[in-house]
Amino acid sequence: MPLPDAEALCSALADLIRPQVTAATALIGIHTGGVWIAERLQAALGLAQPPGALDVSFYRDDYNQRGLHASAKKSHIPFDVEGAHIIIVDDVLYTGRTIRAAMNEIFDYGRPARIDLAVLTDRGGRELPIAPTFCPHTLSLSASQMLALEQTNAGKLVFRVTEK
Amino acid sequence: MRNPQLNAHGELNHLLTIEGLPREVLTRILDTATPFTEVAEREVKKVPLLRGKSVFNLFFENSTRTRTTFEIAAKRLSADVINLNINTSSATKGESLLDTVDNLAAMQADMFVVRHASSGAPHLIAQHLAATGREHIHVVNAGDGRHAHPTQGLLDMYTIRHYKQDFSNLTVAIVGDVLHSRVARSQIHALTTLGVPEVRVVAPKTLLPTGIERLGVRVFHDIGAGLRGADVVMTLRLQNERMQGALLPSTQEYFKSYGLTPERLARAKSDAIVMHPGPMNRGVEIDSAVADGSQAVILPQVTFGIAVRMAVMAMLGGA
Repeated sequence: MPLPDAEALCSALADLIRPQVTAATALIGIHTGGVWIAERLQAALGLAQPPGALDVSFYRDDYNQRGLHASAKKSHIPFDVEGAHIIIVDDVLYTGRTIRAAMNEIFDYGRPARIDLAVLTDRGGRELPIAPTFCPHTLSLSASQMLALEQTNAGKLVFRVTEK
Repeated sequence: MRNPQLNAHGELNHLLTIEGLPREVLTRILDTATPFTEVAEREVKKVPLLRGKSVFNLFFENSTRTRTTFEIAAKRLSADVINLNINTSSATKGESLLDTVDNLAAMQADMFVVRHASSGAPHLIAQHLAATGREHIHVVNAGDGRHAHPTQGLLDMYTIRHYKQDFSNLTVAIVGDVLHSRVARSQIHALTTLGVPEVRVVAPKTLLPTGIERLGVRVFHDIGAGLRGADVVMTLRLQNERMQGALLPSTQEYFKSYGLTPERLARAKSDAIVMHPGPMNRGVEIDSAVADGSQAVILPQVTFGIAVRMAVMAMLGGA
C-alpha cells in the first residue's frame, strides 16, 4: 500500500487551516510527530505565536495498565492559554485517546476560547467521540499496524508503517 | 537472587537504596524527573497520574523538609496523602512496625514513604509485603538510620547533571560527617554508578567509617587538598544529634578545620557548584558567605527534589 507524502499533506493542512486563523490562533504539537508538523504550519501560516509542545505521558489513560511512558519529554506552552484559539496538531488520528489526554493537559494551563484539531491523516478506529477539524487525508489500516511519522536525516517528514 | 527493589521485568517496584541499582535505572529516574520540573510552572501544578491512590508518609523520625517535599510531590501527582508521625502515636503505645504497616495496608495503602532511625526498616517492610502477597504496595525509603537516603542521592545527581551536563569527567568532593550520613552513602553509590571518575571524601578520621575506600572513593583529611580542582563540592550536615562520645572537640574547632569558607572553596574550580542536603548549620560545616554565594545551588536542590520524588513515585505507582 502506498503511503501518503507527509510533506505534501503538511502543505494541504496549512491550506485548510489558513481561512480560520485569527490573531488569537496558536498551535500546540503533540510529541513527537505533531511538534514537527506544528513547526511547518507555523512557518506556512506566518503565525506570531511560536508553537507549544505537549507530551501527554502524564495524562494517558493506560498508566494503571502500562505504567509511566519510558521517555516522557517536557511539555512547553510559550503563550497564555487563557482565551486563546488553540489548534492541537498531531500526525495520525486513531483511537482519540491521545487527543483527550492533550485536552485535559491544556486545561491545566488555562481555559482556551476554542480548541480545534489538525492531523495529517485519519486512520479510523476511534474509541472516543473525537473528530478532526482539519484533516487532508484518510486511510484504513488493520489494528496490528502502527503508523507513525519519522524525520529523515535531511529533515524530511515521512510516514512509516510497522507491524505490532 | 533478584534485587528486591526490581520486579521480574527489571523495573523499579520499591526504592530502598541506590546501592546495586543499574546505571540505566538511575538514568531513567533522572530523565523522567525532567518533564516533572515543568509541572511546577503551570497554572494547575498537578498531573493526574496517582489519582485515587493513597500514599502514607510513615515518619518514625522527625523531618520537616523531606516529609514536606514528599507530600508536595505526591499531591502534585494527585494522590491522597496521609502523614503519620509515628514517634508520637502507635509506637509509643507499643505497636510493632509491621503491625502498623498491616493496619495501614488494610486501609488500602498504595505506597509507603518510610523514614526510620533503624537501618533496614524500609527493607523489612518491603520483605513483609512480599511475603504476604502484597507486592502491589510500594515502599520508598525516605532515610533509614545510617544506611541510605536514595531520593536525596538522586536529587543531588539531578542537580549535578543540570549544572554539569555529564558525569564522565567530574571530580566530586563530599565534605564532612560521612560517618553518620546516610546521604553520603547514597551519594557515593550514585556517583560511582553514574561513572564519576573521581569521588573524594574529606573529613577527620573520627567522622569517617572504616573501610570507606572500598566504596571507590579517595580519602582526604586535609580540606585544601581535598577540594583542589573539584567541580562539585557536596557539604554534609554535622549531625550533632547523632554524636556519641568525643568524636570532635567542638563545633567551633570543626569549622576551623573543615568549615567551607570562601578561601577554601577557591581551591576548587572557579565554576564549581556547592551543594548541601539541608538543614544547614551555618558557621559549622558551611560559612554563610558560601551558603548564600553565587556558587551555591542549595535551593535549586530543594526544587529539583520535588520533581525527582514525583518521578520516583510515578514510576512505582503505575502498572
